[in-house]
Amino acid sequence: MIIKCPYCGPRDVIEFIYQGDATRKRPEPASTDQAAWNAYVYDRTNTGGSHREFWLHGGGCRQHLVVTRDMSSHAISSVALARDVAASINDGGRA
Amino acid sequence: MTGSRLSRGGRIDRSKSVRFSFDGKAYGGHQGDTLASALLANGITLFGRSFKYHRPRGVFAAGSDEPNALVTVMSGDVREPNMRATELEIYDGLVALSQNRFPSLEHDFMAANQLAGPLFSAGFYYKTFMGPAIGPFKNTAFWMFCEKFIRRAAGLGKAGTAPDPDRYERMNAFCDVLVVGSGPAGLIAAEAAATTGARVIIAEERPIAGGSLLASGELIDGRNPAVWAREKAAGLADLPNVRFLTRTSVWGYYDGNVLTAVERVSDFKPNRTKGQPRQRHWIIRAGKTILATGAFERPIVFPGNDCPGVMLADAVRRYATEYGVAAGNNVTLFTNNDSAYDAARALSLAGVNIAAIVDVRADVSGACRDIASVAGAELLLGHAVTGTHAGKALSSITVQHFNAGTGRVSGAPREIRTDCLGVSGGWSPAIHLASQAGGKPEWDEDLQAFLPPEPNQNWVTTGSAAGYMDTISVLSDAATKGSAKSRLVLPQVEAPMLDASPAPVFEIEPSVKSQKAFVDFQHDVTADDIRLAYREGFHSVEHLKRYTTLGMATDQGKTSNVPGLAIMADVRGISIPEAGTTRFRPPFTPVSLGVLAGERYGDLRPHRLTPMHDWHLANGAKTYEAGLWHRPMIYGSHGETVEQAYIREARAVRQSVGIVDVSTLGKIDIQGPDAAELLDRVYTNMFSTLPVGKARYGLMLREDGIAFDDGTTWRLGETQFLMTTTTANAGTVMQHLEYYLDCIWPDLRVHLTSVTDVWAGSAVSGPNARAVLEACVTGTKVDNMTLPFMGIVHGKIEGIPIMICRLSFSGELAYEVYCGAGFGTRVWEALLAAGKPFDIMPYGLEALGTLRIEKGHVTGAEIDGRTTAHDLHLDWMLSKKKPYIGSAMINREGLKDENRLTLVGLISMDNQSITGGSHIVTDPVPREPADSFGHVTAACYSPALGKYIALALVKHGTSMIGNRAFATDLLRDKHCAVEIVSHHMFDPEGSRMHG
Repeated sequence: MIIKCPYCGPRDVIEFIYQGDATRKRPEPASTDQAAWNAYVYDRTNTGGSHREFWLHGGGCRQHLVVTRDMSSHAISSVALARDVAASINDGGRA
Repeated sequence: MTGSRLSRGGRIDRSKSVRFSFDGKAYGGHQGDTLASALLANGITLFGRSFKYHRPRGVFAAGSDEPNALVTVMSGDVREPNMRATELEIYDGLVALSQNRFPSLEHDFMAANQLAGPLFSAGFYYKTFMGPAIGPFKNTAFWMFCEKFIRRAAGLGKAGTAPDPDRYERMNAFCDVLVVGSGPAGLIAAEAAATTGARVIIAEERPIAGGSLLASGELIDGRNPAVWAREKAAGLADLPNVRFLTRTSVWGYYDGNVLTAVERVSDFKPNRTKGQPRQRHWIIRAGKTILATGAFERPIVFPGNDCPGVMLADAVRRYATEYGVAAGNNVTLFTNNDSAYDAARALSLAGVNIAAIVDVRADVSGACRDIASVAGAELLLGHAVTGTHAGKALSSITVQHFNAGTGRVSGAPREIRTDCLGVSGGWSPAIHLASQAGGKPEWDEDLQAFLPPEPNQNWVTTGSAAGYMDTISVLSDAATKGSAKSRLVLPQVEAPMLDASPAPVFEIEPSVKSQKAFVDFQHDVTADDIRLAYREGFHSVEHLKRYTTLGMATDQGKTSNVPGLAIMADVRGISIPEAGTTRFRPPFTPVSLGVLAGERYGDLRPHRLTPMHDWHLANGAKTYEAGLWHRPMIYGSHGETVEQAYIREARAVRQSVGIVDVSTLGKIDIQGPDAAELLDRVYTNMFSTLPVGKARYGLMLREDGIAFDDGTTWRLGETQFLMTTTTANAGTVMQHLEYYLDCIWPDLRVHLTSVTDVWAGSAVSGPNARAVLEACVTGTKVDNMTLPFMGIVHGKIEGIPIMICRLSFSGELAYEVYCGAGFGTRVWEALLAAGKPFDIMPYGLEALGTLRIEKGHVTGAEIDGRTTAHDLHLDWMLSKKKPYIGSAMINREGLKDENRLTLVGLISMDNQSITGGSHIVTDPVPREPADSFGHVTAACYSPALGKYIALALVKHGTSMIGNRAFATDLLRDKHCAVEIVSHHMFDPEGSRMHG
């Protein structure tokens, strides 16, 4: 598998560390909604088809990426910097 | 079958003789021969014994699809088993051995297995060896008993135990277009791609390019096609944008158009150039892949079809045209399609005598009749082979009338004397790589074969791999697939008008069966085994495959896949596409472990050494590895045991002063306006309130509330912190912080830098620690006012800038002194010199561990991924004023359960040492199984207490304090009485470190 890092270019998957599901939304830090926390920490959907996940480019720029990958074919449709994605979601939340 | 060398023909170099040995006997061949062609030329018929029944087997194919002729190649003591004789190029001094026979190929005791045939049918092992639920042979016990005998009787070549002395290389390659195969399709596709300027890699499995052209009787541009192919290949190889790899098998197709290949660099050379690898492993990342992998001829299944002398028709042709070898004096052909006539034409041109052509079809084209007549072969239409007569070689075949429509055999058997039978049951495109890449192969009714699936990555198939079976359409397809922009002028092809579509006949099943009819030769799976699997309920192809092991041998069913499916479809009364097919898996052909390892053997880990490492070694340190780090365990004196050494070192720390290398601690520089905010979120306790110039002990949890790591973090400035982590978790903590900054809190303005290797650290501990610093530190005072507990100062030692933080892991008055890594040894030695009047003692990890066990300080042994802050009595560090990672999860019922294991101390009651990992039990006698209610995490002899002590995680730990129990270690045969005490075993008030 080859991941096209926005900083480093196309790199082999051995340079990356899988960091889990990127579709989860972490509850607000002060939230006491136990069900929401349980869901965040433990619940994962086994998605067939397109899925978003975090990958850390540990052998490169050490940036976390949000990789959109087809879970059946492993075809990667997009790669973005996690900071950019998180920032845009946060902005959206405020707006 | 008695093969012989023809007087002319073939691409072998008859001027060069090669001597080799097979089963200890010397033979001769020519350069360009494979082991199979050379042995055939020497009249050898018997190549090996079959897997289960030990039946005599000859060579069956001429390439990578060979199921039978597997040999072991010896070089000195090194064995390379299961090499296909059909691909093995001979060289002077080659030593090959046949396999799966005892004591010899000619006389094999195990051939008696054949008589017990029905016993060894599909599912035999399961039915026989999975015993009843009770009794002496319950479950798998009988199998365990019999396995060693069976392993010897059934199998392939024996793996060697001698170390492999060969060198292997790995290569990474990139290209715009990878062409797999260099037959007519591969050559033209590569040329079309190369002319557009693309970077092209061509991988050819065989030593030379040409594929089917090498044995073709056609003319290309009026010339011999093998010569045309050679010149085309040479022209391509000369292009600057083309890399032409021969003897290179592409064996795997992975995601992202990553393909793996093995190049046989010097396997075929008697003497290797110095430094030349034996094989080279390629990882090729291709923009686009063109699979021009050709097609495999498949056999027809009929009784007695496995005896030596029965071969694929195309293999008989290839031995004659490529190697100048007649596989028999008097060849017959058996077919359901026209390609055998093309073979007949080539054979008769090469001077091989053809006795008869047996064709299941009632009628054939004029072109076919002409070929038969020119070859002087009797044409038996509407006939099938229903039996063979052979010992170690074929002597005759039985033919009968056959109706291809009904599949019925009728009429009186007729015997035809022949020593070689070439069989053609049609052609299966080599879709293996395409299938690996993913997708479901599609059945083609016309070809009676599976075609490659729809591409799911950037690949195309061309040539016969794509189902084009005549050279003219192969070439035009290849030019288009090579590049849509290609303007290649295609060569003229002169070929007889033959039709590749076979009659849908896969098996000849006479009503009276006297001989086994094999489907999978390599695993000895018969047509009856498939029917048995059906009767026993294994209908799906996936079940069929696993129950009978059809197609699971090293040849991956290259010849047996479609006939096997066809028989299953027939008994189920469904079509072949309805029966479906299994997905091919890498490797396409077996790959040696050596080439996968490449240069990566021996100790592959990096070794991390602290700046003071050489000093430690020079001063008697015995080191051990802590993760990747090498750390002193003890500094041994002559005649001292490890225990004596660490007791001496630890006692010196408590009595005067010691020094230990702490450079390995993880260190992360954290800077930015929001640095304090980040720390408040990741640590359970508060860091934003920490004054500049002070350090604080911090605890991190995981998101699920379990303890993760601990360490001290120092505030060096308003917006700058130095975080220390445990040695083992340095990388993980860094990753943890990066994750939150990148993914969860991108709005925090913080930058992280790993500085573990930037600083050298020495911890000076003991009642005289301050006096040591006072003797050597300049530029700052180190008294209790200037440098209180958890205080930080900057100063110099011998002019070298240092940073001192007063913190204690040992429980003594202690300081960690940090300097630039390059000055590590100088500062260390300066501290030693300053400590000389106090008999300063360098100490290792054993003493460090002893001191912390006495104090009840936790490390990775207790923060083991299962314990909470409460379990470790660190709940005082859980802030109630702010949320932090894990704070929402710590109060879950299971994490507050009173039955949880909690940290306690243990003191040995009987002056026996306690071993790490011992279980805590109440039984006064060692017994198995014992009800364990806890375990020992760390143990030592405590010089301060004069007793053997330990830390342990024990159920109801706190309320158990004062009770007695036993620490039992059945593995090391230890059982010792202990008292459960508080984990603060020494100086619980902490008066010493605050002093």
